[in-house]
Amino acid sequence: MNGRKIGGVILQVEGISLAFGGVKALSDVSFDVREHELRAIIGPNGAGKSSMLNCINGVYTPQQGRITLHGRSFSEMTPHRAAEMGIARTFQSLALFRGMSVLDNMMAGRNLRMKSNLLLQALRLGPAEREEIEHRAFVEKIIDFLEIQAYRKTPVGRLPYGLQKRVDLGRALAMEPTVLLLDEPMAGMNTEEKQDMCRFILDVNDEFGTTIVLIEHDMGVVMDISDRVVVLDYGKKIGDGTPDQVRASPEVISAYLGVAH
Amino acid sequence: MTLNLKRNWPVATLFGLLALGMVLPLATGQSAPGFYIEVLLGGLMAGVLYSLVALGFVLIFKASGVFNFAQGAMVLFAALALARMSEVMPLPVAFGLAILIMIVFAWLVERLVLRHLVNQEGVVLLMATLGITYFLDGFGQTVWGSDIYRIDLGLPKEPMIVGQATFEGGILIGQHDLFAAMIAALLVMCLAVFFQKTPTGRALRAVADDHQAAQSIGIPLNRIWVIVWSVAGFVALVAGMIWGAKLGVQFSLQLIALKALPVVILGGLTSVPGAIIAGLIIGVGEKFAEVFLAPVLSSQFGLAGGGIEYWFAYVLALLFLLVRPEGLFGEKHIDRV
Repeated sequence: MNGRKIGGVILQVEGISLAFGGVKALSDVSFDVREHELRAIIGPNGAGKSSMLNCINGVYTPQQGRITLHGRSFSEMTPHRAAEMGIARTFQSLALFRGMSVLDNMMAGRNLRMKSNLLLQALRLGPAEREEIEHRAFVEKIIDFLEIQAYRKTPVGRLPYGLQKRVDLGRALAMEPTVLLLDEPMAGMNTEEKQDMCRFILDVNDEFGTTIVLIEHDMGVVMDISDRVVVLDYGKKIGDGTPDQVRASPEVISAYLGVAH
Repeated sequence: MTLNLKRNWPVATLFGLLALGMVLPLATGQSAPGFYIEVLLGGLMAGVLYSLVALGFVLIFKASGVFNFAQGAMVLFAALALARMSEVMPLPVAFGLAILIMIVFAWLVERLVLRHLVNQEGVVLLMATLGITYFLDGFGQTVWGSDIYRIDLGLPKEPMIVGQATFEGGILIGQHDLFAAMIAALLVMCLAVFFQKTPTGRALRAVADDHQAAQSIGIPLNRIWVIVWSVAGFVALVAGMIWGAKLGVQFSLQLIALKALPVVILGGLTSVPGAIIAGLIIGVGEKFAEVFLAPVLSSQFGLAGGGIEYWFAYVLALLFLLVRPEGLFGEKHIDRV
């Protein structure tokens, strides 16, 4: 364990239920996330992990339940409000701005922090220019951090998959989020890429103190890096606790390995 | 666009034929060089205006995935507003007010239509813009009247004659056409800077690339749509002003939108440079077909020969759909299945 201090509850999810027509994606799921924590959500395919993330960041509106962020409660979140309140996310199937360069993708992540108005921007007048330079400096730090200096000007669509995943993370980091939602950041990666990504995630958590909620398929990775784990199965929460507690839970074992009859 | 000749031979053939058509009149001595250049310039200038209208389509399609059928009606409405207001006030003031009107229009479209149709099928959105088209047509007449109105840009009517030393009789250039081409070029450059160099432009491109991701980083879709429709409204105003000054502001103005459709198909629905280049190709192509191909058709095959201008663009677009459906510079969609 490293030296970061886990604080109080920053994000609380209470009694979330979400259904698409007759399909229940989530039923009555509750859990909390503490400040500076690395929290994982695991579960078999179709367990409702991504749906959960989409509820937190306002893409889906749950039929029931409440989300409390920084002490403010919402029955309905919107992606825009989530972003304004410091939630950033990455996507399972990449959702990058493919036609834009790595740099532009990340600069777009600074969008909410740009204050100068359209006219100033268009004429490139003093304040707008200065602002652009400040944001650029910040983005460059992230580019260094993620070790993608060489690809700054490359259109994202041309990068290999592993690097695209890194850019996705970089764009989220450019928002300076307080809570970072990662949707299967290691899906489809080879071992080496996975190790790199693990290192970046741990560093973000450690150096920037960012609270991270992570969805992952790879049990081994999750158990290694996360502080606490929520286990979902068929939209229900079947486990919640430290990796060791979860690993020992009979319900979790049966969900993953099947039960002996 | 990749220049892989093996794979792109149908496109290459098509362009080869077009190029041949361009060269033949000169090579066979059908046309004198001076006249040839006049036709070429005329085509280019008409093409610039097609590009302007096509640009309106592309802007909106890029940012919202909506094929805005109402672009032509917007051209007419903006031109009507400008023409009628310029009767009672100086042109620059009327122009400013017309911009304001198009911004209000963009805001209303977002508020009353787009916002409620997010994530609907493309056909639904297309039908919605069709509705907007007819509303704008009728409403424009209700507010501004249905006669033919003039826009006076204060340009001299008589054409300039240049190059008398080189060519027999010189080359006639309409000053109005020249002005139009310059305005259009300037507008295109401004749009390019706006899209490529400003943070707002970056946000617009981001929305065009991926709605969901754009939302997740806090780009407000609604505001972006208002901006894009405003810019498209502004482009429509400029196109309407130029065409209106040339032909008079009348109902048939909105039919140039139909000329812009093949341009958009040729250039690619998502490409700003595509709209510009395809506009020029079609502008020049149809002028050449009309001036040089029609006489050949009538003398060799005994046809009446006229009217090529009306279908040439569409035939070209159709051929292009067969060989390269995504257009010259459009994005090719490859879906994993």
